[in-house]
Amino acid sequence: MSFLELNNVTKRFSTPKGTREVLRSVNLSVQEGEFAAIVGYSGSGKTTLLSLIAGLLRPDEGEILLQGKPINGPSPDRGIVFQNYSLLPWMTAYENVHLAVAATLPGKSAGQQREQTEHYLRLVRLDHAAWKKPKELSGGMRQRVAVARGLAMRPKILLLDEPFSALDALTRASLQDELAGIWERERTTVLMITNDVDEAALLADRIYPLTPGPGATLGAAIPVEIPRPRVKRELSLSPAYQKVRKQLVEFLTGDHRATVSGASR
Amino acid sequence: MKVPALPSTLSANPSTAGNAAPAKRSLPRVEPASIILPLLAGAGVLLIWTALSQTVSPDLPSPLRTWQESKRYVLDPFFKDGEMSQGIGRLAFYSLMRVIKGYALALLFGTPLGFLIGLSKFASRALDPLIQVLRPISPLAWLPLGLVIFQRSEPAALFTIALCAMWPTVLNTAVGVRSISTDYLNVGRVLNLPRRKMFFSIILPATLPYVFTGYRLSLGIAWLVIVASEMLTGAPGVGGFLWQEYNSLVYSHIILSILTIGFIGFLLDRLMGAVEARFKTT
Repeated sequence: MSFLELNNVTKRFSTPKGTREVLRSVNLSVQEGEFAAIVGYSGSGKTTLLSLIAGLLRPDEGEILLQGKPINGPSPDRGIVFQNYSLLPWMTAYENVHLAVAATLPGKSAGQQREQTEHYLRLVRLDHAAWKKPKELSGGMRQRVAVARGLAMRPKILLLDEPFSALDALTRASLQDELAGIWERERTTVLMITNDVDEAALLADRIYPLTPGPGATLGAAIPVEIPRPRVKRELSLSPAYQKVRKQLVEFLTGDHRATVSGASR
Repeated sequence: MKVPALPSTLSANPSTAGNAAPAKRSLPRVEPASIILPLLAGAGVLLIWTALSQTVSPDLPSPLRTWQESKRYVLDPFFKDGEMSQGIGRLAFYSLMRVIKGYALALLFGTPLGFLIGLSKFASRALDPLIQVLRPISPLAWLPLGLVIFQRSEPAALFTIALCAMWPTVLNTAVGVRSISTDYLNVGRVLNLPRRKMFFSIILPATLPYVFTGYRLSLGIAWLVIVASEMLTGAPGVGGFLWQEYNSLVYSHIILSILTIGFIGFLLDRLMGAVEARFKTT
């Protein structure tokens, strides 16, 4: 049994022009401890898919199971790092992370909660900026606070919604490396959504391509058999990387309908 | 339900200014034009005023006469010869105390009401139409009702101030609650925050800039209402003084009162503007 499982999940939105099917029969399975990525075009329903898994939206058809149990409603079980960081601007970096610690470890003493909060800030190397408000932090630092908050929820699965898409290329590259490092130490199950093929290949164990919407659905998983730790500079020379990239690009640009049938493994 | 349509002055959107980078606090550079132009305009008004008093309305005291007859009230603002003759500072103090009490009542009732309407669709559908009807009622209409209810002029004045001044607070708070970014609410939902924590950690701080915009507008209205209520009840204060001096035919003191009301209103607005700006940046 997989850790996270989506069976034939369909989501429609009603618009003034009628019903729009955003996701159609999405199947997905993520194993425990794995780093999975979903790659797709902007506007293809990626964020909708993640909101469904987070429990912020409900599917119209199909079911979402975490450890075999259906998901009903949001929970810190599925910690989420939002695309736009969503840090609370009236709180410092420390308070933003502490909110998550206090919510998920309510029984712990104030001292233990403080220790946990400091631990997660250290993990993203932000202990020096703990008392700054989000608007005093750079985009990269804000996103690191958001990652720390996501991890501080001690989720069974960490959901990342295009976590680095709003950052400049240099910051993005260094944060990708940092995330890879954190994941190798923590081994949390991660599901990341991205529109960056290289980012997915650098970080993920398996990549699911998402067809363009409306009626988007996932293609068959593409395994990434590049040994870790992966080094970005050497990535482009690796044959395994070139294979993954070719498969992904072919699927995303070519006739994807043919391969959809074998969606889940 | 749709957010009620607000006059533009009531729906001043604090978020636009709120996103601006924190301004470096340095002394503002004063341009000569920003001093000379208002002085010129003031001189123009004095000129028209003088011309009017010399020609069409001989009862209107000239600027010079107004100053001569008012000088004692301004230069010794806290003298007290009796109930009928007090310095303008003393009178303004009475009015301010009355406004503060009525304003406090307005905030005390208006803020929770605003949150209720913003948070509950049910409350909003029930109360919105009522508020739209109550909001345009003039203080002159509420005051007699207050006198009927309370039998005394002081509580009637407070009742009138509170009832007229609370609407901007109610409406801005409600609008503020409804415009909280879904992202912030989603953070709270993912963390399964209990209701209390959701309110105090997310909803309240996210709404504060709107609430303080409401507070500033409410204070402006409270100050407008004070004059009307003092004129009708004859309570001691700037408004009461204005009416008393009109009846005693000392017209220069009407002008003194008007100017006092204007200056204090301006200062109050500046004060609340500063408070509001503090909350905008957080």
